[in-house]
Amino acid sequence: MRYLPHTEQDISAMLDVIGVDSMDALFGMVPADNRRTAPLALPEPMTEWELNDWMDQLASRQPSRSEICSFLGAGSYAHHIPSVVPALLSRSEFFTAYTPYQPEVSQGTLQAIYEYQTLTARLLGMEVANASMYDGASSLAEALLMAIRVTKRNKIAVSKAIHPHYREVLRTYFDPTGFEIVELPFGEDGRTDLSQLGESADLAAVALQSPNFFGVIEDLSSWAETVHQDPKTLLVAAFSEALAFGLLKSPGECGADIVCGEGQSLGIPQSFGGPALGMLATRAKLQRNLPGRLVGRTVDSQERPGFVLTLATREQHIRREKATSNICTNQGLCALASTIYMASSGKTGLKQVAQLNHDKAEYLKSQLIGAGIPVRFSGPTFNEFVVTLPDGAYQKLLEQKIVAGLPLETFYSELKNAVLLCATEVTTREQIDTLVKEVQS
Amino acid sequence: MKDVSDLILPENLRYTETHEWARKEGDEIVMGLSDYAQDQLGDIVFVELPDVGDSFEGGGEFATVESVKAASEVYLPVDGTITAVNEELEGSPELVNGSPYEEAWVVRFKPANPADFENLMDVSTYRTFCGDQ
Amino acid sequence: MSRAGTPGLVFNEPLLWDIGSEGRVGLSIPRQDVPHTTPSGELTREDLDFPDLGEVDVVRHFTRLSQWNFGVDTGMYPLGSCTMKYNPKTNERQAALPGFSQAHPMLPESMAQGALQLMYDLQEFLAEITGLPAVSVQPAAGAQGELTGMLMIHHWHQARGRQKSKILIPDTAHGTNPASAALCGYTPVPVPSADHGMLAVDDVAAVMDEETAGIMITNPNTLGLFEEHIREIADLVHERGGLVYMDGANMNALMGMVDVRNLGVDVMHLNLHKTFSTPHGGGGPGSGPVCCTPELEPFLPVPRVVKGAESFHLESNYPESIGRLHAFYGNFGMQVRAYSYILSLGPLLKKVTELAVLNANYIKESLKDVLHLPYDRPCMHECVFNDEKQKDLKVTTLDMAKRLLDHGFHAPTVYFPLVVQGAIMIEPTETESKETLDQFIEAVRTILQEAETNPDLLHEAPRRTKVSRLDETAAARKPCLCG
Repeated sequence: MRYLPHTEQDISAMLDVIGVDSMDALFGMVPADNRRTAPLALPEPMTEWELNDWMDQLASRQPSRSEICSFLGAGSYAHHIPSVVPALLSRSEFFTAYTPYQPEVSQGTLQAIYEYQTLTARLLGMEVANASMYDGASSLAEALLMAIRVTKRNKIAVSKAIHPHYREVLRTYFDPTGFEIVELPFGEDGRTDLSQLGESADLAAVALQSPNFFGVIEDLSSWAETVHQDPKTLLVAAFSEALAFGLLKSPGECGADIVCGEGQSLGIPQSFGGPALGMLATRAKLQRNLPGRLVGRTVDSQERPGFVLTLATREQHIRREKATSNICTNQGLCALASTIYMASSGKTGLKQVAQLNHDKAEYLKSQLIGAGIPVRFSGPTFNEFVVTLPDGAYQKLLEQKIVAGLPLETFYSELKNAVLLCATEVTTREQIDTLVKEVQS
Repeated sequence: MKDVSDLILPENLRYTETHEWARKEGDEIVMGLSDYAQDQLGDIVFVELPDVGDSFEGGGEFATVESVKAASEVYLPVDGTITAVNEELEGSPELVNGSPYEEAWVVRFKPANPADFENLMDVSTYRTFCGDQ
Repeated sequence: MSRAGTPGLVFNEPLLWDIGSEGRVGLSIPRQDVPHTTPSGELTREDLDFPDLGEVDVVRHFTRLSQWNFGVDTGMYPLGSCTMKYNPKTNERQAALPGFSQAHPMLPESMAQGALQLMYDLQEFLAEITGLPAVSVQPAAGAQGELTGMLMIHHWHQARGRQKSKILIPDTAHGTNPASAALCGYTPVPVPSADHGMLAVDDVAAVMDEETAGIMITNPNTLGLFEEHIREIADLVHERGGLVYMDGANMNALMGMVDVRNLGVDVMHLNLHKTFSTPHGGGGPGSGPVCCTPELEPFLPVPRVVKGAESFHLESNYPESIGRLHAFYGNFGMQVRAYSYILSLGPLLKKVTELAVLNANYIKESLKDVLHLPYDRPCMHECVFNDEKQKDLKVTTLDMAKRLLDHGFHAPTVYFPLVVQGAIMIEPTETESKETLDQFIEAVRTILQEAETNPDLLHEAPRRTKVSRLDETAAARKPCLCG
């Protein structure tokens, strides 16, 4: 086997040095009743060429982008990925390294993470960002656990317009802790209903997503004002579409204290939902409460600039059960991909791509309204929005190989026949016109 | 690490088994970390302080000092309520290494039972204790 | 000086925002084929402070950065506990296939049958390899796998109407274990390993009480030793109402040799980026599937991939499930790579284990005359030395590790596990050839010679890297986390 370099001569020479006479004798420490008796019942090893054929077959069972017309978003977005991203990402010095425990031979990874932290903080309007979390959902759960640590309170309020899967993950993380979760309803405009915050006192945090699950841009500034009437309560702003902040006001500028969400849109393939990129950022005064890895700038023994992992005493390997989280690694490669993407687009490019997302979605929206399809929520949106389709239309479109977004009734029983539609820069006018035409027929 | 004979341990202070020092000032107690503690911990990079008004039991954790690769709790020698914290340490944690008994006092507190102070180790008992560690 | 490692041409490279020029764009902007619309001014930003770079700026920048890194493709990376084996290139081809990389996670199931079958098959393979029949591939990393296992134990006790407050964690367990247990509200109770580096039944018996939810055992443990009494310990824990969690990060030492079910383990996690060759990527993404007994199966995370009569399907209707841990189905791209690896090796995975153990024992035997070996026993996939023999020379584990960088090798894991003072934890993995191991052994021996003749070579190491030792104290005192 090509990954296993040992010849028979190598093996017997090595066994000699060890002083045992067979490979089996090497495992003498494993008690007989712990052992496996049957051989591994796995398929015979495939050659590289057989493997390629088989994987091509499996992969072809998912339609490629050109074979269907898809308007799916809802936390995983189709965006163009420039060739530089995979080309640079696959440099094996990045790809086959590990957590930079030896900074002298890891400056590439370390500087790249420092650049990631910086661009992330700037994108989100915050002062510090960590080196990344698993995905948007666990980032939200960790942000809210952080808020509970900071405020020493044990109740949070969470908008029902946050991605339903994110809220499920939050419940999983919170279930054994006994911390209380209050859900905030949304109104006819699709925004979280501020008047419903009401009498919820002693909140550690209020969490909103913007743009929210329905694609609606929340009025974060008004929320910040209200939430901060209790000076201890933190406003946690989540997001699933990072590209929105190429165009929209950053959550930091609106007054959020912790910002968390999904960065997949920034150069990371959708890959059936993962690996993705959990982004997490906050104010400098809260930096020691952040979970996860952090890279800091310093100097070497000859005063040359360099980078190291820092503030490690927050982490599990030192603080053990008192750590800020159990997270160990980050999503290193995904963070790197997003850094390369943000560097390639720059402020000029990111703004143009974001603007184009907005334009495509607005065009789709206006064409559908023209075709008599009602938009469900009146609030302003970025690249996603909710419409109500006629009975049976979604299935009919599917037969035409048009995936008319995500049906929402599974998540919100009151939203019968509602679908969440997404249009990005990869969506063509022709695809939009096809959808509108087929909806009418 | 210093030899026990090299430790600077002022005569007028009392000490704890968790390597804090304490000094009576009026009806309050001022405390910090001993030379032994700062030497074992190495370069201190961060000190997390309690709030004024917080109460702790004797032996209870009330602060944390951190070096690059370790975090250690600081314990209140006897039951008491914090009356002042040394905010200098937040910006200059290195004082714990450079001036453990003067500039790097950690907190001032009011003991619940002033007589408890007398149960803390005197310098010769503490020096012997350090030697056994 | 051994052969590996000569200084190459290394470029300096500024930070991203110190290069480029405003108005430059490194991205091909798609055609504007719809009318331009302006969102309300109060919603938009003016302040995005990103540098503007061209494509060449970006390519040079990251290429130069990459050249400051050491990876498995550069040389031997014997980082104990991390299993830095070779990452096969064919895995990357498979994960990049458009049918996988462009698949939306919420496609109608009829359009995702290939992806679902892959996940289902991978579950079946992992069940066969471990011996534990029920599997979820959802956890996104080893630490999340641990959390999943702990949550399952927590929910199992809850379902039986009696929650517990403590969990036993041996001193030779992975560092993440106490933090994962604490997230479930359990207080970790440390269990010391006995003189021979393994857990003794009596030591577990002494602390295993009514209030204890179970035990988290890393096996082989972080000393690289097989826990020979694990079955008796498991029986004892079960007898007293607890469950057994096994940290399976070191499964690469057990494949084809050990049936985890025979160890009495109820639930375990695997690290696809360790045992199953997916890349470490400078620190993730990982993937941490969880395998368990039929009794714990109802508690596995949802959604689960199930096989129907004619198709594969995502099922969430498991009322006792701990719930969801990931926005979608975990790190699918890593699952593709691990699946590709398993198909490439099949039953040869047993050979992988044999060679991993052979390589570790070869290093142990070849260096134990010059480095102190605190537990001189046959090891599994890694061995742990320390700096005891170098004490008088005032040369530490850190100095030796840094000097190895000058010799062209990545350093081993150092100062872990905590039970060994000044630990040097070496895990060669099965993909290193005998010649490479011999070069490594030679390099270590040379360094130990240098320690005697010219210890400053070690104290001042590394000298041949882009930067020398960095001031970690300054970094932590005045954190500069953002440029």
